[in-house]
Amino acid sequence: MAGKRRRITEVAVESVIRLSGLAAVIFVILIFLLLLRDGLPVFRYTGVTEFLFGRDWFPLSGKFGILPLILGSLLVTAGAVVIAVPLGTAVSVYIAEVASAPVKEVLKPAVETLAAIPSVVIGFIGFVVLAPYVKQIFDLPTGLTAFTGSLMLAFMALPTIVSIAEDAITAVPLGYRAASLALGATRWQTIRRVVVPAARSGIFAGVMLGLGRVIGETMTVLMVTGNAAVIPHAIFQPVRTMTATIAAEMGETVHDSAHYFSLFAIGLVLFVMTFFINVAAGIALRRTGGRR
Amino acid sequence: MKRILLAVVATAAIVLVVHGCARRTGEESVQIKGSDTMVNLGQAWAEAYTKEHPDVNIGVTGGGSGTGIAALINNDTDIAQASRKIKGEELKQAEAKGMDVREFTVARDGLSVIVNPANPVGKLTINQLSDIYTGKTTNWKQVGGEDEKIVVLSRDKSSGSHVFFLEHVLREGDANGTEEYGKPVLMLLSSQTIAHEVAENPGAIGYVGMGYVDEARHKALAVAANQTSPYVEPTPANVVNGTYPIARPLYFYTPSKPEGTVKDFVDFVLSDDGQRIVAQMYFVPISSGP
Repeated sequence: MAGKRRRITEVAVESVIRLSGLAAVIFVILIFLLLLRDGLPVFRYTGVTEFLFGRDWFPLSGKFGILPLILGSLLVTAGAVVIAVPLGTAVSVYIAEVASAPVKEVLKPAVETLAAIPSVVIGFIGFVVLAPYVKQIFDLPTGLTAFTGSLMLAFMALPTIVSIAEDAITAVPLGYRAASLALGATRWQTIRRVVVPAARSGIFAGVMLGLGRVIGETMTVLMVTGNAAVIPHAIFQPVRTMTATIAAEMGETVHDSAHYFSLFAIGLVLFVMTFFINVAAGIALRRTGGRR
Repeated sequence: MKRILLAVVATAAIVLVVHGCARRTGEESVQIKGSDTMVNLGQAWAEAYTKEHPDVNIGVTGGGSGTGIAALINNDTDIAQASRKIKGEELKQAEAKGMDVREFTVARDGLSVIVNPANPVGKLTINQLSDIYTGKTTNWKQVGGEDEKIVVLSRDKSSGSHVFFLEHVLREGDANGTEEYGKPVLMLLSSQTIAHEVAENPGAIGYVGMGYVDEARHKALAVAANQTSPYVEPTPANVVNGTYPIARPLYFYTPSKPEGTVKDFVDFVLSDDGQRIVAQMYFVPISSGP
């Protein structure tokens, strides 16, 4: 009897867990289907090429060219990566290899706490504090630029990158370091030539996941990038990202209108982009032996 | 088989629990949804009204005029607040659902065009404003100011003000106009962000609701409808007497002729008490209008 009861509990727990696991997948699929349902109808009003490569985003007048938005997102993201990757790698090398145990105890949670700051707060800091400096230092007409967005987003990507990269660096077997040092290499040579290359796929995975966060980030870019839908030619100029467009315009559209569908289609494009980024990150993670 | 059964039972249990929690009983409630411009105004009305009617619950949410009207059509709200008129398309959707949508003008809003106090320009015509916002005029010296690049600020497309400004300033009221905001125009998140940027940036120009103008940090421009008409300051009096050219009505929409609590609330909003709140919230009352 007791054995049977235990078996029932076992099965119950197992199915609840399985259900939770499946739910995540089902939600992703449902969201994707919703995006397809509400995004694809835009092509009744505009061609695919015209949508993806059009240079004019005037949805209120029926012009749905999202090229400036795609380029805006890519520019801000690229800027954030250029800032966050060296910084993130340096921080994780410091935490994993250089810092003493007490410093490490404080530093790692502190960096991870950065992830807990709401994006609207980061956006507000960027708008009120950073943007005036950017305007002044680079002598620009306005401080609301792609660069300002990149800088704030780099801070938001940092915790993800550091957390994963630091794990990867710590996971490099001690023997590698010992061997390198035994051959007469200095500590810096060991880090640069042995430890970081050995951990590179873990670092890469961290970068990709950070990237996924950055490209999907909405509130911060909405507040600091100026949202002008121009084809960007420089990083010190206002841009409009895809996420900011969706957030800023969804409120006022007539539901089931061409404009409404076009916003979902932007969501679809974004979904596909982040999907591939995550897949790439997954592949990179698997190469480190599935360690996180 | 047993596993599947268990899974089904577990799902059903979750659904039931969630459903049970979501159900509410008891007191009367009115839902108001829509324009971000009007959220605080709606909230002020709701607070004043519920002070006298403690048994009524009024929920006010923003999201934009379009969101409010969509909610109205989907039967998710009792009143939609809108800073623009309902569109033909939306009216058709409502009619298809058998609704008899009613419109109430509940307040007026004058849009002030503001610049930095350091800027010598103090007045512009609608035509000059149109050229600035479409990107034809790019330097302050072209409109009598200093040799400085104009940083043009606008609300984003989720704002009723954006559309109103497009139709009445950029296109100068021409319904067939094809003017668009110039691509380099910065689209900012809220009136507050525009007010902040103008106060910080000597080259900036922006438009905000009259309540956002702070005399110490901004200069509100006098605006002329055309070259021959006088320049008019954006004051409540000038909005009421109709001389200030950039003013718009604010609306309530209900899905049918209001009844019961909704009617009572709409009556309150239109009453002298309700309109006094309008003035307190820096909008312009309709009761004293033309």
